Amino acid sequence: MASISQLMNTFSRISRPSVYRHKGWISHPQNFIKPCVSSVHYSSVLAELPETHEMLRKTCRDFAEAELQPMAGKFDKEGVFPKQQVKTMGELGLMALVVPEEYGGTGMDYLAYAIAMEEISRGCATAGVIMSVNNSLYMGPLLGFGSDKQKEEWITPFTTGERVGCFALSEPGNGSDAGAASTVGKEDGDSFILNGTKAWITNGYESEAAIVFATTDKAKKHKGISAFIVPKPTKGLSLGKKEDKLGIRGSSTCNLIFEDCEIPLANLLGSHGMGFKIAMMTLDSGRIGIASQAIGIAQAAFDCAIDYAGKRMAFNAPILKLQLIQQKIADMALRIESSRLLTYKAAVLKDEGKAYSKYAAMAKLAASETATFCGHQAIQILGGMGYVSDMPAERHYRDARITEIYEGTSEIQRLVIAANLIKEYQVL
Amino acid sequence: MSLKVLVGCKRVIDYAVKIRVRPDKLGVVTDGIKHSMNPFDEIAIEEAVRLKEKNIVKEVIAVSCGPTQAQETIRTALAMGADRGIHVEVPAKEMEKLEPLHVSKILAKLAEKEQAELVIVGKQAIDDDTNATAQMTAGILNWPQATFASKIEKKDDFLEVIREIDGGLETIKVKLPAVVSADLRLNEPRYATLPNIMKAKKKKIEKMKPADLGVDTTPHFEVIEVTDPPAREAGIKVEDVDTLLLKLKEVGRI
Repeated sequence: MASISQLMNTFSRISRPSVYRHKGWISHPQNFIKPCVSSVHYSSVLAELPETHEMLRKTCRDFAEAELQPMAGKFDKEGVFPKQQVKTMGELGLMALVVPEEYGGTGMDYLAYAIAMEEISRGCATAGVIMSVNNSLYMGPLLGFGSDKQKEEWITPFTTGERVGCFALSEPGNGSDAGAASTVGKEDGDSFILNGTKAWITNGYESEAAIVFATTDKAKKHKGISAFIVPKPTKGLSLGKKEDKLGIRGSSTCNLIFEDCEIPLANLLGSHGMGFKIAMMTLDSGRIGIASQAIGIAQAAFDCAIDYAGKRMAFNAPILKLQLIQQKIADMALRIESSRLLTYKAAVLKDEGKAYSKYAAMAKLAASETATFCGHQAIQILGGMGYVSDMPAERHYRDARITEIYEGTSEIQRLVIAANLIKEYQVL
Repeated sequence: MSLKVLVGCKRVIDYAVKIRVRPDKLGVVTDGIKHSMNPFDEIAIEEAVRLKEKNIVKEVIAVSCGPTQAQETIRTALAMGADRGIHVEVPAKEMEKLEPLHVSKILAKLAEKEQAELVIVGKQAIDDDTNATAQMTAGILNWPQATFASKIEKKDDFLEVIREIDGGLETIKVKLPAVVSADLRLNEPRYATLPNIMKAKKKKIEKMKPADLGVDTTPHFEVIEVTDPPAREAGIKVEDVDTLLLKLKEVGRI
């Protein structure tokens, strides 16, 4: 039974606002990013973005409206990888947003990444996921755990938009249960031999490199998983069929099949047994990207719905005048704004080198459920028109669905949040 | 090449915003409304940067008159490739009444101060549509002007400019120094890439007031009323050309 004073201590620790520093960073393995503004005031991010971020948002929005939005329907219908657009995104600096300039990146922060992801995804969810996987899942592990040589070899050529990478953790036998990786890596002389199958790999077809997680010491269970950089194409690596997905149909998703695939010893990322930790840390920051993608999709659905509602006449007035439609609009906007603020919070905390896991999970959870809600309501507002491909609402509905699944299902996010809370409250 | 070019860029209400007249009917609502660089000025900046890339021009200086927020416009110009900026501070209330004549005097003084040999501005601002600044600046400096430019080429010590005029296209030669105003088809402005946005933060923006340049910003005219255009009325459909002519005669149009 905790004493009153112990309880008071606990509550005051939680309710005290975080100490804010204007400049400077604690050196932390995750902090391979320099702040791109000399002071990011948390309070001002709530009200207004810093100037640089506002300029970045404008560039991304202009590009998305001019070059992604008009083509998004085509990419979806034809299942085509937007190669030209990804190249332009590279030229704009979007494919390596948080990578330091010395490796060819843009050197911006996670708040910038969140903003850019939202605007790009609002134009085309496929372009968003391609950008997210390259930035967070492929470059994340390399930035955090790669040697200088590995960074030069595997990051720099992938910053221009001409080449993309991918991340191979999930397997046919395990998604959420990442610790049960059955793909194995055996050291043999001057190379590692990989055997096994990875499933659901985004950018599977177009990527020219993959971060692959394989068990190198089965006895150590999840502490026996290591991470490897695998070039593509490479002998012993074949691709499964392209999955026929419900949404984000322009991005390729497939199995990576390793059959006695040999890779040099130098391609071990981090040290033996570090794989699980690398994967979990990477997914933490990837959540900010996916949360932003979900918000972009939700925003696109919302924009479509409110525009339509202002024009569609029924009962002698635009349907936007009807209260039940207004309720939907308000609910959609509320959820979008809430998810966005949570995402910004997670991004700013990460940029400040503070613990951000719980907020990243909250952001991803909130944003993905917002995306599916908005996709659903947008179709409802459009009625019959929402059900046909003449309007983008049905595509937003389909694109939104995956955000609740990949990079940690909504269920996993809830477990992450709860685990953090239990630790914070110290009640167990 | 030692040519310096001065480019004027104005912060205006974004073109996509639905404008609303203020309750006092003396202007439009600007509070909390999205603003951005005048599209024709973006074209002007783009042209100046392209001239620099072709080594025709050595330095691009972006100028904007306005309140503190005008610096955002200058920063965008820097992110597009301008080398440095000059912010002529004009408080928001004064900005409402700032006229092309004032801006022309400011640009003329700056052109002299900076020893610029070329001044490029957008042909008109999308808020007041006066289409006067370039012409007046040339007049004050007594420089030749090439307005509504859709193509600029440097040849020896003059510019060959193709102008868009009512009758089509006109090609003229203008000796330097000169004032040029950019028209829509001059070029397509580049995106401010993220690396350039980051670089722009290090570029200098000099601040000054109109008084520092000896320019008096007392207004010469007064806006009496601003109203919405009349609401669009429904039209009528006619069966054939004869009926059309009859109807037009009925309403007194022909």
